[in-house]
Amino acid sequence: MLDSTDTTDRIAEILADHAGLEGPLLPILHAVQVSFGYVPQSAVPQIARALNLSKAEVHGVVTFYHDFREVPAGRHVLKLCRAEACQAMGADRVAASVKAALGIDWHETTPDGRVTLEPVFCLGLCACGPAAMVDGRLVGRCDASVVAEVSE
Amino acid sequence: MKIYIPLDSAAVALDADVIAAEITAEAIRRGVAVEIVRNGSRGMVWLEPLVEVATDSGRLGFGPMTLADVPGLFGDLAAHPKAQGLVEDHPWMRGQTRLTFARVGVIDPLSLTDYEANGGLAGLRRAQAMSRAEIVAEVTESGLRGRGGAGFPTGVKWKTVSDAPGDRKYIVCNADEGDSATFADRMLMEGDPFTLIEGMAIAALACGATKGFAYIRSEYPIAIRVMDAAVLIARDAGVLGQQFDMEIRVGAGAYVCGEETSLLNSLEGKRGVVRAKPPLPALQGFLGQPTVVNNVISLASVPVILAKGAAFYKDFGHGRSRGTVPLQIAGNVARGGLYECAFGLTLGEIVDGIAGGTATGRPVKAVQVGGPLGAYHPRSDFGTAFGYEDFAGQGGLIGHAGLTVFDDSADMLAQARFAMEFCAIESCGKCTPCRIGAVRGTETIDRIARGDTDAIPLLTDLCNTMKAGSLCALGGFTPFPVLSALTHFPDDFARAKEAAE
Repeated sequence: MLDSTDTTDRIAEILADHAGLEGPLLPILHAVQVSFGYVPQSAVPQIARALNLSKAEVHGVVTFYHDFREVPAGRHVLKLCRAEACQAMGADRVAASVKAALGIDWHETTPDGRVTLEPVFCLGLCACGPAAMVDGRLVGRCDASVVAEVSE
Repeated sequence: MKIYIPLDSAAVALDADVIAAEITAEAIRRGVAVEIVRNGSRGMVWLEPLVEVATDSGRLGFGPMTLADVPGLFGDLAAHPKAQGLVEDHPWMRGQTRLTFARVGVIDPLSLTDYEANGGLAGLRRAQAMSRAEIVAEVTESGLRGRGGAGFPTGVKWKTVSDAPGDRKYIVCNADEGDSATFADRMLMEGDPFTLIEGMAIAALACGATKGFAYIRSEYPIAIRVMDAAVLIARDAGVLGQQFDMEIRVGAGAYVCGEETSLLNSLEGKRGVVRAKPPLPALQGFLGQPTVVNNVISLASVPVILAKGAAFYKDFGHGRSRGTVPLQIAGNVARGGLYECAFGLTLGEIVDGIAGGTATGRPVKAVQVGGPLGAYHPRSDFGTAFGYEDFAGQGGLIGHAGLTVFDDSADMLAQARFAMEFCAIESCGKCTPCRIGAVRGTETIDRIARGDTDAIPLLTDLCNTMKAGSLCALGGFTPFPVLSALTHFPDDFARAKEAAE
């Protein structure tokens, strides 16, 4: 666990790495999320100061995009595609089984912190649906047994 | 021994990496020297992972491969249970006219040598010897229209940017391919990234732009990795870097950023909120400067147009839809994947013929053409030819040329509700018809589902308001799937009422 000085230092490094980019906020937020697993509240004023933006503007961007987390995710992140091509292959049934098996709904994390379940609208695997992403790994033609991959 | 195993996301999602590791291990066990090339996908997704072995007579395909099929690759190839014959001779490949996708699946995506040996950079070289006006005229003459969905003539857009005064001009590639049933951008970027880079470099020459961005959605990790690597290679080789350079930028999960003005806001580091037009991005785009925003396939079609000439490209197609279109056949289909052909095939020829009907073997009930904002077409529309105007005439659109097939178990009321729900989730919030209309639309369809058919005229009225009053295609086109479901499949909207009675 990083203490607050470490957090500040790491964000300062990220800001320095992105100096000179045109429109640097999204690349910075992605880098912060890669480093910390989420975008810590304390990062917002620091980023705002560096980019000459208001805290409200940075907060607005963080909350607009589905990718940016304000709290850490579970140890595993399971994303299931909810879009039409996957629906045509039974994605809704897979999602219902997975939710029942994990005992959580979309955007929730199991109480033991093991899995966060998220919807995704298209992974570009529309000819081999239903599609899923398990900790960044793509899965085609998935079924309810995909929960076994996040059992540890 | 040279073996091709796709690095394409669809192949990887079906365990291509596992097969690649096993082939390497098996080769070591047998003491056979194997050169493995991770190529793009040929687009025959139902055969993925499709492994190809180079032989004197051509590349033999084997798929869909499982671990048990690996040892057979080192034996009698003709007797292999997954043998598909010469890949080039497969009916799926023979039926196509591959112009934009000519190299996808064929070459090593990150070999600039392979790229040049297969016709790459010929278009850019020719463009370098032409004036800006001549390049623009060539693209205009080809009849190329925006492949992202809007169908706006690419040459006309380039002319506006080329003629616009500005200190700096930008080429922005819209690779935020968020529509369900579309994966052509992803396949092109993964399988032949230099084509996109070359297209952007030609656009830069035509418009006098010095800087470019490819904005790729975060849901495409493999495409991002390949494009990042390709940009470095192109820069090292001097294709990028002198007059024109480009950066890869990654989206953050907002569907609406596929709309060009919200994409520009996102690139600038803002919320991905739609901008009112005018001003056109061509005049005031990224950071207020003249900017070309083109879809991946539009830009990737430019190199072949410059290399072979406008007349060659224009010769394909039908009506005002010129050239070729990469059809993306998805959902519940026997044979899904990417099929590039001239415009003009009928919907029935595509769905019943090329795709071979449904995967489940049940009758086709509906085909959604053009992604989540496209209409649901019943079988009675199967005579419609694939072209921009033809589908507009059927109350639909071709969008990015994705087709989602549904069998007769689909509930079209549920699909209509999903369209509204999706719009509510992804709305940027800028305009009222979309932000509030989508939520009210979901509620209204729930009323219909409970048997309240009085809500149907209300839904129709709401859809008309959204169509007429929304700032962009998200709110403006969500009524297409909703109204088409209602019009063509009224029984699905009356079921609850019958049950209640």
